[in-house]
Amino acid sequence: MDIVFFFEVLTGGLLAGVMYSLVALGFVLIYKASGVFNFAQGAMVFFAALTFVSLVERGMNSWVALVVTLVVMIVLGVVTERVVLRPLVNQPQITLFMATIGLTFVLEGLSQLVWGSQPHNLEVGIPDVPIVWLTEKWNVSISQFDIFAALVAGALVAVLALFFQKTRIGRALRAVADDHQAALAVGIPLQHIWAIVWAVAGGVALVAGLLWGARNGVQFALTFLALKALPVLLIGGFESIPGAILGGLIIGASEKLAEVYFGPMVGGGIESWFAYVMALLFLLVRPEGLFGEKHIDRV
Amino acid sequence: MLYREAGQFKSSYGEDQQIFPIRQDRIAIALLLVVAFVVVPLVGNQYWLSALITPFLIFALAALGLNILTGYAGQLSLGTAAFMAVGAFMAYNFVLRMPWLGVIPSFVLAGLCAALVGVVFGLPSLRIKGFYLAVATLACQFFVLWVIQRWGWITNNSASGVITAQTITLFGYPLTSPAAKYLFTLSVVVVLALAAKNLMRSETGRAFMAVRDMDVAASVIGIPMMKTKLLAFAISSFYCGVAGALYAYTYLGTVEPEAFTLDLSFRVLFMIIIGGVGPILGSFLGAAFITLFPILLNLATSGVSHALGIEVPHAMVSNLELIVFGSLIIFFLIVEPSGLARLWQITKEKLRLWPFPH
Amino acid sequence: MSGARRIGEVVLSVQDVSLAFGGVRALQEVSFDVREHEVRAIIGPNGAGKSSMLNVLNGVYHPQKGKIRFKEKEFAEMDSHQAAAMGIARTFQNIALFKGMTVLDNLMTGRNLKMRCNFLQQALWLGPAKREEMENRRAVEEIIDFLEIQHIRKTPVGRLPYGLQKRVELGRALAAEPRLLLLDEPMAGMNLEEKQDMCRFVLDVNDHYGTTLVLIEHDMGVVMDISDRVVVLDYGRKIADGTPDEVRGNQKVIDAYLGVAH
Repeated sequence: MDIVFFFEVLTGGLLAGVMYSLVALGFVLIYKASGVFNFAQGAMVFFAALTFVSLVERGMNSWVALVVTLVVMIVLGVVTERVVLRPLVNQPQITLFMATIGLTFVLEGLSQLVWGSQPHNLEVGIPDVPIVWLTEKWNVSISQFDIFAALVAGALVAVLALFFQKTRIGRALRAVADDHQAALAVGIPLQHIWAIVWAVAGGVALVAGLLWGARNGVQFALTFLALKALPVLLIGGFESIPGAILGGLIIGASEKLAEVYFGPMVGGGIESWFAYVMALLFLLVRPEGLFGEKHIDRV
Repeated sequence: MLYREAGQFKSSYGEDQQIFPIRQDRIAIALLLVVAFVVVPLVGNQYWLSALITPFLIFALAALGLNILTGYAGQLSLGTAAFMAVGAFMAYNFVLRMPWLGVIPSFVLAGLCAALVGVVFGLPSLRIKGFYLAVATLACQFFVLWVIQRWGWITNNSASGVITAQTITLFGYPLTSPAAKYLFTLSVVVVLALAAKNLMRSETGRAFMAVRDMDVAASVIGIPMMKTKLLAFAISSFYCGVAGALYAYTYLGTVEPEAFTLDLSFRVLFMIIIGGVGPILGSFLGAAFITLFPILLNLATSGVSHALGIEVPHAMVSNLELIVFGSLIIFFLIVEPSGLARLWQITKEKLRLWPFPH
Repeated sequence: MSGARRIGEVVLSVQDVSLAFGGVRALQEVSFDVREHEVRAIIGPNGAGKSSMLNVLNGVYHPQKGKIRFKEKEFAEMDSHQAAAMGIARTFQNIALFKGMTVLDNLMTGRNLKMRCNFLQQALWLGPAKREEMENRRAVEEIIDFLEIQHIRKTPVGRLPYGLQKRVELGRALAAEPRLLLLDEPMAGMNLEEKQDMCRFVLDVNDHYGTTLVLIEHDMGVVMDISDRVVVLDYGRKIADGTPDEVRGNQKVIDAYLGVAH
């Protein structure tokens, strides 16, 4: 087995995993703060990327477009909270989950209705080419873009982690995630918090959208990213930011490795299910994921 | 005034627990069955039969299956399409390789294969719950589809993975006309719906609901968790498998694995969300709604485009469909989480009082 | 109390049972016995381990040490499923009813161990399944009459007031025709009238069905009135065991309740 090749594949997988983590991060944020599993996260990523790209294509300056899209995502977050979440405040989680499935459909239809459905190319300025000196020195080819994405994701995670742990709003968010009613009882303004969270998740979706869009092109298939992030969440636990990162890395790496080493033996294409089956097996051993909270049934 | 229970006394437990305790309901159902079995095939327009009513019945059956698992036993599943696919492709194989079996045994066996797959992928439910389980069923969905696409034997080594459903003969009578296919589907659906209703009002149904409501308590009073959960998966997958077989044989004709994607699973899920509680009524109402809805939307948009003289592109219509679907889901979840079936119940209760206000 | 009831031989015997959760020692070498047809109360201050004891008897918790003898069989630990099959039924402190189902359905689930038909027969409904359903329905209706809940039999349990829910839970436990009935604070959260009703039912169960009862209860008046013998727990240890009068006068018991340091 060629060790260099293995290393390449592994790194490629890890970096892809970082991208998964980015999407998973959006999920974790919303789940942590509102207990809602936002199935529409993938659609949000798609919508953000599509909006940005369409604005740029219509001649808007990239930075301006970025800001505008961010604003749009924030507005989307606030509207979602008002129209979808607030009426469903005390409903069981399953109901909220299904509402976000409905939201997914609305966003998908809306994105394509407004911006059309052709795929777009997205340039972020960092080309997807191997880092030259790495190739020269160790004969290893790792994409510049992947590194860039990893750095961005890392920075984002660090910022968010700090935000949650150190700021007052972060504490309020954690309180809300734990128990809505108790948080209300101590005077935490529930609706504002949720609006903030969804807006932040929208921002994360934008970053994820830009990175993924640059890598794979902005097209409808982007919405399926949400689905890929699910195994990440299963492994990392739904409520943990470090879990999302670790889960993403694990899934990304193992998926790539399996695809390259195991795939050809069974006819290829296993990336459609491998991540899920892995997550499933992992769950059987640890039902709450790596960092999830143990659920104790009291009678 | 017409819909009164007054004077209808039940003098035995049997009478109290029948499916339609109110006499007016019994009459209505009898009429409905007569219309369905006799009038529709004679009078029905061929197109409506094959493009609308038959798929409605098929989806109602699939929704019924999902309702048993998700609505009654509380195990959220996103793998419905996968089970339908297993049913469809296995039915194909049985008919192809064992033609002496006959249609009904082939379909039953196909359903059993789906049930087996259901049990295997239902095993995780013993350890995980809620969304975690839903995501696990996604694994099932993707994995099964991949197997069907790659495993040549399943598609009889067809190059593109596409199979053509053979003409099935029932007791020597080939089912080729839309009316014949419709009647076959109708019969299968009615029989299975009756069986489902019986199951849900007996101990099995109660065990399912107990596991849904509080599984720890259920096991304390003696209900076997593993057996109950796996039985729910098995029965549900059986129903979906048979629905899948029907889907292939009485509706699609040419079947490809891509007909059974996640999208289909979501559709069926929407049917039970919109249709609501109650295995039979909810499934039928939901299926009717989801099947009819695109047609209505198409009619509406073409009506609008004719009236306004503008051309509405097809892409726009399908996007509109997505938006309206999604909004409806959200709307129903907010306004009436128990779906159309509950609205129906409320209507009936109002009918009982009519013409009095309360 | 009815004098016609004869208290029989020892039917349940708990021997040196110890239960710990991590560092918390819930029960420490507790031993006592229960005689057939009697009403045995377990009392003690909060945190004494009473619910844990009941959970051990029921198979929900597995003790690290000790044995339980029930019906001539000895166990180091048993499954809650086995417990149910052996005729031990219970009610819970926080009501473990199936909120989505009607009262009738909840009671019928209590009979699940008596139902023998498999699901295929049930799907068919005719014949054996229907007969079985009707028989069990008849048995459950007797309990409904007994507990005076006819008027709510088709109401979903989640809609009932607390007191009625507790009564339904008692009904579900009774539906299993248990030999031993464990009641975890059956009067908790009830007003005086509800308590009187519940007391009446509990005593009637003991009289009418002859069921052996083990109950946890905080209301001293109730305990002294209806129980034959009492076990007192404190910090996981048994500190007294005897008739209500004996226990009432026991200095250790008084100290435990008054919080005297020991």
